[in-house]
Amino acid sequence: MRLIFPTSGGARILGKSINDVSVHGSIGYLPEQPYFYDYLTAHEVLDYFARFHGLTANDRRARVEGMLKKVGLESAKKIQLRKYSKGMLQRVGLAQAILHRPQVVVLDEPMSGLDPLGRREVRDIILELKREGRTVLFSTHVLSDAEMLCDRVGVIVGGKLRGVGMPGELMEIKSHGMEILFELPNEPSNFPLLAKAARTGERYRVQLPEAELYDAFDQLKAAGARISSVTQLKPTLEEFFMNLVEADRAQAAAVEVSGK
Amino acid sequence: MRNIRAVAANTFREAVRDRVLYNLVFFALLMMGAAILVGQISIGIQQDVIVSLGLSAISIIGIFIAVFLGVALVSKEMDKRTLYSLLAKPVHRWEFLLGKFVGLVLTLAVNTAAMTLGLYAALWSVKRPLEPADAYILVAVYLILLKLALIVALALLFSCFTSPFLAILFTVGLYVTGLFAGDLRTVRGLRMDPSTLQFTRGISYLLPNFQNFDVMAPVVHGQGVPASFVWNATVYALLYTAIVLAGAAAVFSRRNLK
Amino acid sequence: MNRKAIHGTLFAALLLAGFLGVWRLQLAMDGQHSAERMEEQELTLRSPAVLKKLSLEYAPLMGAIYWTRAVQYYGEKHRLHDPHLELLWPLLDITTTLDPQLIVAYRFGAVFLSDSPPRGAGQPDRAVELLERGMKANPQYWRFYQDLGNVYYFDKRDYLNATRAFEAGGRFPGAPPFLKIMAARIAAQGESLETSYALWLDIYQSTTNSEIRKNAEDHLRLVKAEMDLRELNRLADEFETKLRRRPLRIGDLIETGLLPGQPRDPEGFPYVLGEGGRAEIDPKSPLHEDWLRDQFFAKQANSVR
Repeated sequence: MRLIFPTSGGARILGKSINDVSVHGSIGYLPEQPYFYDYLTAHEVLDYFARFHGLTANDRRARVEGMLKKVGLESAKKIQLRKYSKGMLQRVGLAQAILHRPQVVVLDEPMSGLDPLGRREVRDIILELKREGRTVLFSTHVLSDAEMLCDRVGVIVGGKLRGVGMPGELMEIKSHGMEILFELPNEPSNFPLLAKAARTGERYRVQLPEAELYDAFDQLKAAGARISSVTQLKPTLEEFFMNLVEADRAQAAAVEVSGK
Repeated sequence: MRNIRAVAANTFREAVRDRVLYNLVFFALLMMGAAILVGQISIGIQQDVIVSLGLSAISIIGIFIAVFLGVALVSKEMDKRTLYSLLAKPVHRWEFLLGKFVGLVLTLAVNTAAMTLGLYAALWSVKRPLEPADAYILVAVYLILLKLALIVALALLFSCFTSPFLAILFTVGLYVTGLFAGDLRTVRGLRMDPSTLQFTRGISYLLPNFQNFDVMAPVVHGQGVPASFVWNATVYALLYTAIVLAGAAAVFSRRNLK
Repeated sequence: MNRKAIHGTLFAALLLAGFLGVWRLQLAMDGQHSAERMEEQELTLRSPAVLKKLSLEYAPLMGAIYWTRAVQYYGEKHRLHDPHLELLWPLLDITTTLDPQLIVAYRFGAVFLSDSPPRGAGQPDRAVELLERGMKANPQYWRFYQDLGNVYYFDKRDYLNATRAFEAGGRFPGAPPFLKIMAARIAAQGESLETSYALWLDIYQSTTNSEIRKNAEDHLRLVKAEMDLRELNRLADEFETKLRRRPLRIGDLIETGLLPGQPRDPEGFPYVLGEGGRAEIDPKSPLHEDWLRDQFFAKQANSVR
C-alpha cells in the first residue's frame, strides 16, 4: 500500500508494480483499526475519498449513498466521526475500501473489535464481493473466519509464510476419522461400540476410523439408537496453526540446547 | 491537479472545523481596543499606531498559525493514521503534500484577508475618510502572506523528518535567523578571518531571507514600496517555496510509515 | 546509471539551480535595500528604558546585541572614513542601560567616543559621561579611572581632572603603581610628551585589540614627531643665541653643525622650518593634519588656563 518500502525486491498486483500509482485505482485497502478525519461526517469522508477516483459529482453522490446503505450507516451519515464507535469506524473503513469497486480488496483485520452482528455483516460483505468476482485478501487472528470464508489460506508464523493452500489441503496432512453422536432408547443393550463411546448427558459420542463406519451403523441400527449426527473429524486451522507454533518452539529450544 | 484540490479543500475544511478562524475574534478585539484608545491618547499618530499594530498582529498571528498548523499538516495525519487509507488511493505522495500546503495557505489567505478588513475598519473609524495612500497596506499584507507561505513550506519540510516539537523549533529558529540573514552579509568592522567571512556570507544567501518581506516601516508612514521590490520579493518567495517543497516531497516520498 | 541515480542527480541539479536563482535575486534586492535604507532606520527604538522593559529578563543578551551593533557601526564608519558618528552615543547609551555590567562597552566605547574624527566621534564629554556611569555601576573596577584619566588627558587636555582621575584610580587596592606615577607627572608638568609617549606605548603593548593598537601606533608617531619638533625648536633657539638671527631653513642648522643631517618625521617626511623659524611637519606628511589639530587644542587649553 506504499506505506513501507522494501529493503530489496518488489511486488506486483494485477501484473503491475505496486509503485505504479495507477494500479491503486483497482485496489481497495482497509487498514487495521482504521481512523479517519474525525471532524468529517461519514458522508463527507467517503465523498473525500471518492474524489481520488475521478468520479463525476452525481456518480459520487450515488456511490456514497449506496455504500452507506450497504454498511448500515445510513442513519448516522450526518454525524461527525469523532462520535462514532469502533465498530462504526470499521464500517466506514470497509466502505471506503470498496467504494470504487476495486478488483482486489485488501483488508487488515476486518473483523476485530466488532460485535457478533457486525462480524456477520462484514462476513456477508466479503462473500458478496467474492460473488461479484473480486479478489479479497484479508488477515485475521480468528481462524474460524478464515476457514469459513477463504478459498486459499496462507499461514504466517514468526514472520514466515509457513503454508499456502485451500483450507482443506492444508489440513489433509493429518489423518482423519469420523465422529458419531447418538442417543439410546430406554433399556440399553450392550454392543461393542458402546464400550468405546463417551457419554455426555443423554448423548453418546464415539470416534472411529472411516473404514469402520458402516459396521458401526449396523450396530447402532440393531440397538435401536437414534443417530444425531455424523461428522468428519478433521484438524481445524487452529490445530494446524498450533502445531506449527509448537514445532517452532521445539526448534528454538533445540537450538538453545545445542548452543550450550 | 484533481487530487491536490481535494486534499487542499479538506485541509481548509479541517482548519475551519477546528476553529482556527477564532483567532479573528481576538484580532477584532485588539483592533477595536486600539482604535478606541488611540483616539484618546495620541494626536497625529493614530494612523501609525493602528497600521503598525494591525500589521504586526496580522504577521504574528499568521506566523503562529503557519508554524503550528504547518507542522501538524503531515505529522497529525501520520500520528492518527488517517494517511494510511488515503495513500492506498491512486494519489502520489507529493500530491498529498502539495494539497496540504495549498490548503493551509488558502486558510491563511482567508484569515489574513479578514484581518485586513478589520484593520481598514479600525483605520476608517479613527480617520474617515481613507486616503489613496492607505492602499499601501495591501502591499504589506501581500508580502506578509508570501512570508507565511514560505514558513508553511519550511514547517512542512521539517515535519517530514523530525518530531513535531523539533519541527516547530527548527521552523521558528530558521525564521528568526532569516530575519538577520541580511545582517550576516554586511558584518564588517569586526576584523574577521576572510574564510569565516566568506562562509558566513555564503550561508546568508542559502538562508531564507525574511527581511525581503519587511516593508512595515515605509507603509506605516504612508510611503510606497517600489513595484520592482514587490516583484522581486514575489519571485523570491515562489522560488524558495518551490525549493523547500521539492525537498519536502523528496523526503516524504522515501519515508516508511509503519 | 540506474533510474534512482538519475533521479537523484536531476533533483540535486534542480536544487542547485534553484539556489542560484535565489542568490541572484537576493543580490538584486540587496542593491535596492541599501539604496533605500536610511540612517534613521538603524535605530528604530531610541529609548533605552523602553528597550530594557521590552527585553524582559533577556536584557544582558540584548545588551550584547547592541554592543555588537555599536562596534559594527563604528567599524563600518571607520571603513568608509565617514566622520559622522551620531548614532554611536545612542547605541552605547542603550547598550550600557541594558547591561550595566558590560565593562567592554564602557572602555572601548569611551575610546571610540572621545577620539577626534576621523578616528572617533570627537565627543570626549560623552566619553566622560559613559565612564562615570560605568564607575557607578561597577565601583570596584579601577581601570575606568585610568580610562577617564586618558580621556581628560589626551582628548580634553584637562590636566587637573586627568590628575584627579589617575589619583583616584591609584588608590584602589590592586591597582598598578603607574596610575599614581601618571597622576604625579601630569600634576608636576602639566604637559609632558614623554609621559604621553610612555602611556601610548603601554597601551600599544598591552592591548590585543587591533583597532586600539592601530590607534596607539598613530599616537606614538605623532608624539614622537612632537618631541622631534621640540628638540628642533631648542636647536633653533641655540642657533639664535649664537648668530643673533632666527634660522630660515633646516639646512642652516646643519651647516652650523647643530644637526648631523636632515631629520625626518616617523612617516619619512623631512621636517621644515616655518614662520618665525619654528619647526613644523611637512604639509604633505600624513601626520600634518593631526599635528595641526593638537596645536589647536593645546592653544585652547592654554587660553582656558
